[in-house]
Amino acid sequence: MGQHTPLYQKHLDAGAKMVDFAGWDMPINYGSQIEEHQRVRSTAGVFDVSHMTVVDISGDDAKAYLRKLLANDVDKLDAEGRALYSAMLNENGGVIDDLIVYRMSFGYRIVVNCATRTKDLAWMNSHSTGFDVALVEKPGLAILAVHGPQSREKVCVVLDQGQLYPVKTAAIKLLANFSGVELGNWFIARTGYTGEKGLELIFPEKEAPAFWDKLLAAGVHPIGLGARDSLRLEAGMNLYGHDMDEEISPLAANMEQTIAWQPEDRDFIGRSAAVRHRAEQAAGSMPRLVGLVLEQRGVLREGQRILCDNGEGIITSGGFSPTLKHSIALARIPVNSHSCQADIRGRLTPVRIVKPNFVRFGKKVFE
Amino acid sequence: MSTVPDNLRYASTHEWVQVDDDGIATIGISDHAQNALGDIVFIELPEAGAMVNSKDEVAVVESVKAASDIYSPVSGEILEVNEALLDAAETINLAPYVGGWFYKLKLIDASELDKLMDADAYVEHCDAE
Repeated sequence: MGQHTPLYQKHLDAGAKMVDFAGWDMPINYGSQIEEHQRVRSTAGVFDVSHMTVVDISGDDAKAYLRKLLANDVDKLDAEGRALYSAMLNENGGVIDDLIVYRMSFGYRIVVNCATRTKDLAWMNSHSTGFDVALVEKPGLAILAVHGPQSREKVCVVLDQGQLYPVKTAAIKLLANFSGVELGNWFIARTGYTGEKGLELIFPEKEAPAFWDKLLAAGVHPIGLGARDSLRLEAGMNLYGHDMDEEISPLAANMEQTIAWQPEDRDFIGRSAAVRHRAEQAAGSMPRLVGLVLEQRGVLREGQRILCDNGEGIITSGGFSPTLKHSIALARIPVNSHSCQADIRGRLTPVRIVKPNFVRFGKKVFE
Repeated sequence: MSTVPDNLRYASTHEWVQVDDDGIATIGISDHAQNALGDIVFIELPEAGAMVNSKDEVAVVESVKAASDIYSPVSGEILEVNEALLDAAETINLAPYVGGWFYKLKLIDASELDKLMDADAYVEHCDAE
């Protein structure tokens, strides 16, 4: 038996098919992945992502520490609640993990992947030497992502019911994208992993089952990890361990925009390697992560070879797009490739190269 | 719990066969199989007129999860394929034993049916997996 989130029994009650995910028993779907996917694109759905790891960082040097630890620059977080997506690199410029960092009243909060928890914590602790910082993992929290065009309104309806939550919905309605608000021991932010509007809520786990029930009663549908994956793929968002890992430069993973090169004198871990990677990219020897579209029948899947006019690449994430009704993929291919074919079970099939961003707010976005 | 009709024979690879009085076999995949595959999005079917042997790969099912080969549980000449599935593969999820049938074939060796499982044996087989 794996670890359980505070909503384990709620998943069973909702008819979930449970699978092992990095040592946790998590819902893969509650019947139909495609239906769940479409619920998020059309109305609102809730994902239990309480298996993810929350680390709170405080102390006088919290900012200096994170400016060393992360490839993006927390100096950009100009107000409490603001959020930043970043890679955490090793000295070779490979991606140890990708994460979200929030500026909080007490310092910063980082949310990292579940499968990378142990190595992330070890890395973060080992690089805290010499900094006046306290790193505290927060296992007692539930994390729910509520996404979809009706998500914010439905969350506010639930929070307004009675006096159960120390939360003022007015503050939530005012949230800009990539910002959040601390309300008592709840933290609610406009971040997510679907390409839809939505909120992520981090709050005490003992309050999670009742809150979950109220969300479902308000017409928010439970969504499993299967649809979470197809939603993020349509949104062109990377999945750690698939689209990038410790052997992959962020420059080969469509993460250039998340590296803060300025100011030049900020010496983040992996900077010198990333600078070398940038030179390789300029010289044309760094592969790039692109979107692929298969408009005929068939499904592109992770691990399939891509044969390009300019060399060979590989699919890092692939699947069926319920919104587009055909298959899409992320693939790492040689630069300056203009045409390519996917090796689908031994059959070479032409695919189209597009920007790695397929669906936003329910609509096709690539040409 | 998945549905396992009593009047069918089942292969260990989760295909079902129903044989009518004229020796025409209809083949599909079980409720257990469609449930394990998840939402089915595409299907590749064999050509009518083809001769197949039992255990030949005759079709491919692409679900949200994986691509899966479908093996013919019996040998014979394919008479008809269910072309409606080409544009509505989700029928296999919704009605695996009715609208979700894959193809019909003319049996050449009825004794092959004896090598397949009845409903009780198939339930045990699924439980043991």
